[in-house]
Order: sequence, then C-alpha cells, then structure tokens
Amino acid sequence: MSTLIQSTPAAAQSDAAPEKELRPPSYWPFVVPALVVVLAIIIFPWVFTIWMSLNEWKVGSATTFVGFSNYLRLTSDPRFIEAIGHTLVYTVLSVLLPLVFGTFAAVVFHQKFAGRGFLRGVFIMPMMATPVAIALVWTMMFHPQLGVLNYLLSLVGIPPQLWVFHPATVIPSLVLVETWQWTPLVMLIVLGGLAAIPTEPYESAQIDGASLWQVFRFITLPLIMPFLFIAGMIRMIDAVKSFDIIFAITQGGPGSASETINLYLYSVAFIYYDLGYGSAIAVVFFLLIVLLAAVMLYARQRMLWTEIASDA
Amino acid sequence: MSPKQIIGRIGLWFAVLVIVSPAILFFLWMLSLSLKFEIDNASYPPVFIPEHVAWKNYTDVLASNRFLTYFVNSLIVTGSATVLALVIGVPAGYGIARMAAHKSAIVILIARITPGLSYLIPLFLMFQWLGLLGTLVPQIIIHLVVTVPIVIWIMIGYFETTPMELEEAALIDGATRWQVFRHVALPIAKPGIAVAFILAVIFSWNNFVFGIVLAGRETRTLPVAVYNMISFDQLSWGPLAAAALIVTLPVLLLTVFAQRQIVAGLTAGAVKGG
Repeated sequence: MSTLIQSTPAAAQSDAAPEKELRPPSYWPFVVPALVVVLAIIIFPWVFTIWMSLNEWKVGSATTFVGFSNYLRLTSDPRFIEAIGHTLVYTVLSVLLPLVFGTFAAVVFHQKFAGRGFLRGVFIMPMMATPVAIALVWTMMFHPQLGVLNYLLSLVGIPPQLWVFHPATVIPSLVLVETWQWTPLVMLIVLGGLAAIPTEPYESAQIDGASLWQVFRFITLPLIMPFLFIAGMIRMIDAVKSFDIIFAITQGGPGSASETINLYLYSVAFIYYDLGYGSAIAVVFFLLIVLLAAVMLYARQRMLWTEIASDA
Repeated sequence: MSPKQIIGRIGLWFAVLVIVSPAILFFLWMLSLSLKFEIDNASYPPVFIPEHVAWKNYTDVLASNRFLTYFVNSLIVTGSATVLALVIGVPAGYGIARMAAHKSAIVILIARITPGLSYLIPLFLMFQWLGLLGTLVPQIIIHLVVTVPIVIWIMIGYFETTPMELEEAALIDGATRWQVFRHVALPIAKPGIAVAFILAVIFSWNNFVFGIVLAGRETRTLPVAVYNMISFDQLSWGPLAAAALIVTLPVLLLTVFAQRQIVAGLTAGAVKGG
C-alpha cells in the first residue's frame, strides 16, 4: 500500500524513462547478508530438523535412517499425548484471560487521567521483565507455608492452597502467572484499536442514553474485534510455546502434571539426548501451532460471515 | 462537576487501581523479599517492611566474582547479538521495504512461530561438530534467532513510512544506492533503529532457553545463572530475590525510560522471539 502512495507523485513528476531507471532490482545487496544469516540459523535448522526426525539419532551413537517411525512412535507415546492436553488447556486459558483483562485495561487506559503515561509504563513492566527472575519470585509467593498468596487468601477467609505443588491446581496457577505477565500486551494492541475509533457513535449513544455496558457491548466491542483477533493470535502463539515460566517454576511437575509439549521436547532432546525423536516432536509441534492459527482464522471468517448474514 | 461525574471519576480511579496493583504489588514484594533477612522472609504472617534491612543480600550477590563473570557474559552475548542484528537487519529491512518484497516477511513469520527449542537441536549439533561449545560464540549466534527477525520486521515497517522523494532526488543527482542509504535513509530512520535496538536488547537479555542448553559453567548468562541459584539456595530467599532483581533491573529501567519506543515496537507486532 505504501509503495502505491509513494510511487504516484514520482510517476506524475517524471517521464516514464527515468522512472524505470530508478527501479532495477539493485536493492539485493542490502538483503544478502540477512539472507545468509536467515538461511544459516532459520532455514537450515528447519531442513536439518526434518531430516533428523527421519533418523534414529542419539548423541554418542551411530545414526540410522528409520523413515517415519519416530512419528509413529509419537502416536503411541502417552506422555506426548498427555502433553498435548496440558498444552491445549494452558493455551486456551492463557489466551482468554489476558483478552478479557487486557480489553478492560485498554478501555480504562483509553480514558484521560493524571499520571496515565507513567502508570501505563508500570503496567507493562511484567511483560518486559526477565521471565526467569519473575518466575523465581512467583515460586516464593506460591510456597504453601511461607508464601504471601496463601496469606492473602487467609485474609479473605479462603483456606490455603497448594498452588503449583498440586497436580490439580498447577496449570491454573501457571496460567495466573502467564496472565499477569501478558495481559499488558493485549492492552497495548486493543488500546491502539481504541485510538482509531471515531467519536460519533459514542456521541449519538450518549444522546440516546445508552448505559456504559451497552456502549461497550454494541459500539466498542465490534469495532475493536479485529484488534482482539490479532492479540488473540499473538497470545496463542506465545502461550503454546511458553517455556521459561513453566520450566523455572515447576519443570513440568508435580509428576508430569504441567508438562506441555515444549517441556517434553526439552526433556527428550536435552535430557535423554534422543535428537531424532525430539526433532519429530518439534515438527509436529510446529504443525500444531499452524493448525491452531488456521482454526482461529477460520473461526474469525465464520464470525464475519454470520455478522454479514445477520446484517442482511 | 456534577455528582454523576464525580462518581465516574471515583469509578475510573478505582478501576486504574485494580488494574495497576498486581504489577506494583508484585515488584514491591520482590523488593521486600530482597531486602529481608531469612528470619523475616520465613515468618508468618509475612513481614512487608522489615525492621532491619538486609543490604547484605545485594552486596553478597555483587561481591561474588562469579556474578561478575555472568554479567559480563550477558553483556557480550546481548551486545554482540544486538549489534550484529542491526548491522545485518537494518539494510535488509531497507531493501525489503524498497523492493516491496512483502512475501519475504513470511520467513520472519515462520521464525516467529517456531519454538526456540526447534532451532536448538540442529544448531547444538553444529556447534558440537565445530567445537564451539564452551565458548560464548554459540550463544551469540543463536541469539540472532531472536534479534534478527525483530530488527528486520521493525525496520521494514519503518522504512515503508519514510518518504521516498529525498532518496529519489539523491539518486537523480548521481548518488549510489549505498550512499543514498547511508546519508539519506539511515539518518531519517534513527527513531526506528532505536525501537529495534531496545526490543532486541530486552528480548536477548531475557532469553533463557538457549542458555540452559548451550551454556557451560563459565559461559552462563544472567538468567541461567539465577535459575541455577535456585537448586543450590532453595531456602535463602533474600539473596535469590536480590539476584533476580539485579538481573531484571536494567530491563525494568529501559521499560520506564523508553516506554514510548517499546510500545511502538510491540504494537508493530514483532514481539518476543525464541
């Protein structure tokens, strides 16, 4: 789009000949170094991973070509299947909760109040802070006897919880950290969306005496939907891949109750050093992320169609 | 102000308080943990402001010469990965924007989606074969996986918004493409480069997953070093919290002082690699 805008005045000013002279493909030298690096550290690892996934490849022993047997092994690996379940639960919660809280925060930060800039800076600190450092403090806060969270619960009369130390509560507890950390990102994206909304619909809504909730539900929400979708997509990609927080707080435990695909991939590749099998997991993992993104795109399209249908 | 407006104001401030307090309380608690002796950290109900402040937690961490080594490691890895990414990525962003080669951004997108561990498996083997394990070189190289896509992505977006007229005028005057880039495009792009620089620094500094696999005892970066403290000092929370705060302090300061650039970069969509 921007090239269109840029090329029009130039084309209008000059004749066709110099215009053509200005556009040979001589920008290539600028891109070549990056191309080499991207080939070496992104494309090559990908190709090599696919090749490794077709081999029995363990550190310290000879490699043999085994075709798709690593992939077949995945289908009957209970730990992998369990990890998919954990990943999906973790991801769905870690997308929905930040979307809800982030939207609320964006609506609030869209208002004018004293110290807004500074407070926005404070609000985005959780997502910029070093995840391992954050995880460490959360681990202390989750401590069943000495942790501050159980103390806070006791103040409102809720019995102490085991948080990340019990299989039933470990994933919700980790989602709590993830939500705390990444709600600011949703807020920033939605805030950008709010800034682009025209004021007219709000003025007429005010004249019609609409309540705050009605204004949000029928004016704001439909208009920020595209931004919520982008935020949801980014959130999904990051939540599926979440590693630092889970690894530093639980290492997938207790038992394997919080072992997501990424954590399992780490164990297979760098604790058991089964690199062939690990590569197969990496490939399937990537395909799963692409699949989830496709499902979200499809759902979004369906929503748009029903909107159009209900408008008609 | 009418009563209704006053209620609205109070409601707004209450909402602001609710939204901001999880972040504020967390970091205050982190600070509190880091300034308390073990007696206070192990007491129930918890002590928020201690009677005796344990500055010792900080001096102990800073005085250990290992910590200094890890700090220098972090500086070298993040510094090199960021500078290399800028040297490679800024011209690339320029070239892609001027050629309008938008399809090439798909590679960046794939890099964005791929889990960091997928890069580690093949590159780990490469580094092993090349005999580079045990040095900082593998970590510098693999941090490029984080920094290069961030820089390219942000610079494409930035160069697309900078005006072409000046550059075309310079070309007509006989400047080479390189001269145009160096003397016309680059100076205008400084704010964009600042955004790319800050985000690359933060996400490289924070990176943990590459370090736990590639770092040896002498080559740990700060996040890995702090993680390794957990297993040894399970129960001394004070020094641990102090170390955690020291590690993340540079990033927190950047967040407060360069908030505008960070927000601009993050909303451009190039968030977090690895």
